[in-house]
Amino acid sequence: MDLLFAAVVGFILAAFLPSLYRVIGDRVVWLLGFFPAAVAGWFLTYLGVVEADPITSLKWEWVPQLGVSFSLRLDGLSLLFVLLISVIGVFVAVYSSGYLAGHPKLGSFCAYLAAFMSSMLGLVLASNLFTLYLFWELTTVTSFLLIGFESQKASARRAAIQSLVTTAGGGLCLLAGLILLGLAGGSFEVPELVDQSDAIRSHHYYPAIVALVLLGAFTKSAQFPFHYWLPNAMEAPTPVSAYLHSATMVKAGIYLLARLTPVLGGTEEWSIPITVVGAVTMVLGAVLAFGQRDLKALLAYLTINVLGTLVMLVGIGTTETITAAIAYLLAHALYKGSLFLIVGAVDHGAHSRDLTELSGLRKRMPLTAAFAILAALSMGGVAPLFGFVSKELYFEGVLHAPGAPFLMAASLVSSIFLVAGAILVGYQPFFGPLTEKADHAHEAGLRVWLPPALLAVAGLVAGLFPQALAVPLVEPAASVVSGDATPLHFALWHGVTLALVLSVVALAGGVGLYFGRAFLLQRSAVAGPWLSWGPAAWYRGAIAGLEWFATWQTGLLQSGYLRVYVILILTAVTMIAGFRISHVGLPNLWRETMGVRLYEAIAVAMILAASLVTVRSRSRFRAILSLAVIGFGVSWLFAIFGGPDLAMTQIVVEALTVLLFVLTFYRLPKFSLLSDQKTRIRDAILAISVGGVITVLLLLATGIKRQPPISEYFVQQSVPKAHGRNVVNVILVDFRAFDTLGEITVLSVAAVGIYALIRFVAYNAKARREGDRL
Amino acid sequence: MRSLILRTATRFLLPLLMLYSVLLLLRGHHEPGGGFVGGLIVAAALGLGALAYDAPTARKVLRIDPGYLIGIGLLTAMSAGVTAMFMGKPFLTAIWIAFDLPGLGHFELGTPVFFDIGVYLTVIGVVSVILLTLVEET
Repeated sequence: MDLLFAAVVGFILAAFLPSLYRVIGDRVVWLLGFFPAAVAGWFLTYLGVVEADPITSLKWEWVPQLGVSFSLRLDGLSLLFVLLISVIGVFVAVYSSGYLAGHPKLGSFCAYLAAFMSSMLGLVLASNLFTLYLFWELTTVTSFLLIGFESQKASARRAAIQSLVTTAGGGLCLLAGLILLGLAGGSFEVPELVDQSDAIRSHHYYPAIVALVLLGAFTKSAQFPFHYWLPNAMEAPTPVSAYLHSATMVKAGIYLLARLTPVLGGTEEWSIPITVVGAVTMVLGAVLAFGQRDLKALLAYLTINVLGTLVMLVGIGTTETITAAIAYLLAHALYKGSLFLIVGAVDHGAHSRDLTELSGLRKRMPLTAAFAILAALSMGGVAPLFGFVSKELYFEGVLHAPGAPFLMAASLVSSIFLVAGAILVGYQPFFGPLTEKADHAHEAGLRVWLPPALLAVAGLVAGLFPQALAVPLVEPAASVVSGDATPLHFALWHGVTLALVLSVVALAGGVGLYFGRAFLLQRSAVAGPWLSWGPAAWYRGAIAGLEWFATWQTGLLQSGYLRVYVILILTAVTMIAGFRISHVGLPNLWRETMGVRLYEAIAVAMILAASLVTVRSRSRFRAILSLAVIGFGVSWLFAIFGGPDLAMTQIVVEALTVLLFVLTFYRLPKFSLLSDQKTRIRDAILAISVGGVITVLLLLATGIKRQPPISEYFVQQSVPKAHGRNVVNVILVDFRAFDTLGEITVLSVAAVGIYALIRFVAYNAKARREGDRL
Repeated sequence: MRSLILRTATRFLLPLLMLYSVLLLLRGHHEPGGGFVGGLIVAAALGLGALAYDAPTARKVLRIDPGYLIGIGLLTAMSAGVTAMFMGKPFLTAIWIAFDLPGLGHFELGTPVFFDIGVYLTVIGVVSVILLTLVEET
């Protein structure tokens, strides 16, 4: 029940928060903050319990035959994420109450954020693959809403759409992959799939499953080449960037990879792509971060770097690297969340995020500076912060992994740039001479400097007491993923290991890189034009190409001429039906007839003659009248073959049709434009083909006798069950009343539509006439 | 269209057509007829009236705005279906009651009759809306 609470309450809150905002104003943020606080408090009690005994909350079967259910489950991995999401959520809520105080759309903001929280919580608690996908896409949608929050800015809208298209496209691939996975494993519940993992790995769907799932994970976690949306997502307000795009949502891809490692992992097809993509992203993010001026963009690229690292570690897949990945994930959430919030505070106080404009801020924002330094130290992996502990684990894991030399080289490069980035964020804006912007800055309010402070301090405390604080969180999670329940041993000091030496090298390198920044940026400015050919350009090109194609295709097919539509539809029908007929063959079209009686022949002759007159007529009225003759001929046939109701209806309908035609064509001139020979031949061919195909189709259909015709049932049951002797009417109003209900509804809609069309055309015409007169 | 012949004929035909449509509606269950044809004939009659006289006159014959008729017809048809739900049966199950009137014999009344009436009214409304709107615009 409590799992359901977490996954659903956010949406309920989201429904009410905007209207509540109108009543209680800024205080809605407290409601927003209460939800994750409640979740955090409750789920903390599960620490230590859930390792031995995962809790399956509920399983609501929606479509049992397809295995589509809504099921939630809490185990070590999900507990870690739940606590991460909820605790940081509380901090973000408190921060937002100060940062966005007085914002007119604060109600909507809180609603979107509440919906996001539940989406993310549901994602990590999901135990059924479809539930997982549902919440995955819900996080995509809520992220879209939050990125485009400042919807009056075109750049925000573009960034939001870009994130939506990219992550939702990946989501579709993910759905396909998950469906294949469920089919291969015989179940859509993750625990059952874990038991089937050997069968799945040797299934012929396996490569496709891996490819599709990886696409989903890579788009969500901004891996190369899908990383371009994350820096643009910085258009969102800073609390959103801190929460979604560094601490929680972008980790969803990593969560997915971790969750599916017991099911899909352990093979080369799984490990190698993930490791490679992760490593490339890691280096790419680090290098691209280095040249950024905007603090938020810098942090965004560093997030891409860390995401790449995490993906790489999960891809390597050894117990060590999995543990390292989870520890590093935790450390990153703490320091990056803190740094983003601090950048927001700086932006708020100094009205700038530009590195070139900010310097010496510590004199005006001392508290912010202090905690910025703390968080930056964690980012750079300096002891005694938790960032250091996790980095040691990460280096150890990579050193013992297959392919260690390459991966370690990449990791070292990444760490060097990471250290430089840490100095850029934690040192450069706060130290040095006071710039003008910095001079006018003011320290942030309590609600704005306290949350990042607490996060940064948490990084310090976890680093000082890793065994007591981090292990209870990391150990259950790691054991779920790697299937290995050996107890962990985190410590600050492991002795002088190769990892430690490499860390020191990275630190030194980073510091050196920082000091050489100006020089390097100058030299690498040459590479600028090359960078614009990257994946972001591919995305833009793809969207532009799509729009061009849509315009061209619409212009071609939707020409506005009714005859073009009719030709297209008829041609399509003829081709499809004709194709099928040619496949089936023409077994026996010949029917035994009972002989053709004279009056039937007369009726048919009348119809044929009238059709000829319609087609050849040069006068509109003559065409209409001969169409009416066709209709009356058909009703005669109905009467001959024993359908008096049909015949009556047909006669009246025909009379009304003539009336409608006359009324519609009354004002039109005589046929002035007759089609030329070529067009007539084309139309004749099309008409004859359609007629021929439909005739053959009917003959084939009536020739197939699989079951006794249902008409016998109706005839037998008409009197006893339906108290009526007119079978046709009884079918219409009793046996098939539901269809009739649908028909009269459709008729009503048509009437409304026609009324609107005619009245509006007249109204517009009148308005135009009156407008001309003015 | 100012044709004396048409007007005179219409003066007699219109009420006859209305009566005939009601007849068709009520006999539909056992003899050829039914709600659809009945409704169409009323609409045709109104079309005749609109041609012979003019649209406002035809509307006066109907007395009620045809748009409302559409709604009333749909409502009647739906209620005929919903009565079954009040008796715990699925939507649109036919409920019949039988009774004997002294001297007139055995009668059976059921929800399909009301459903047919609903269809009747809807068809009148739909076709009248279309016809009369067109006539008024030309």
